[in-house]
Amino acid sequence: MYVGRVSGTVVATIKNELYQGRKLLVVDRLDLAGLADLSAGRPAKGRPGAKYDIAVDMVQAGEGDIVLVLDEGNSARQIVDREPDGAIRAVIVGIVDEIALASDSRADV
Amino acid sequence: MQFARVIGTLVATQKAEGLEGVKFLVVQPLDKHRQPVGEPVIAADGTAQAGPGELVFIIASREAALALPERFVPVDHAIVGIVDEADVR
Repeated sequence: MYVGRVSGTVVATIKNELYQGRKLLVVDRLDLAGLADLSAGRPAKGRPGAKYDIAVDMVQAGEGDIVLVLDEGNSARQIVDREPDGAIRAVIVGIVDEIALASDSRADV
Repeated sequence: MQFARVIGTLVATQKAEGLEGVKFLVVQPLDKHRQPVGEPVIAADGTAQAGPGELVFIIASREAALALPERFVPVDHAIVGIVDEADVR
């Protein structure tokens, strides 16, 4: 899993039936600097050129939210209850309230 | 899944078992601002309706095969949707 920031929405009419009725969001993956920003209570943004995913939203996330993203097929199929043959990989499985890195003064280590 | 632009078609008469009837398109992967990133790849069309010029989204790795009617075929990228609208900052 990784932590990302929701940066947009995607609308498609013609799509695999698995995605019918599901919300697709664009999520920028945060690097270590992004995580450090969050840890320090600063807003975090995906670095230009950062990896991104078009992910299926399972937690009612919205633009600007910091989210937990799963990018693995078997787990994703399990979550959308489409085993064993759902064509899906990236799923938003949580909205992050707080993250604390060990190097941060607030970290509980 | 990632954005991609369909930039061409590919036809192969002689191909591995399981690929009969699979429609292949040449797609250029894009970044979230729809700028080209990396090299073009050949993707199977899981929607059966995509064509050159269209903005689509693709799924990679083993999941690609699951986007096709026949679910155990040798493909590594598949188109799973045609984008109508993308609002990305």
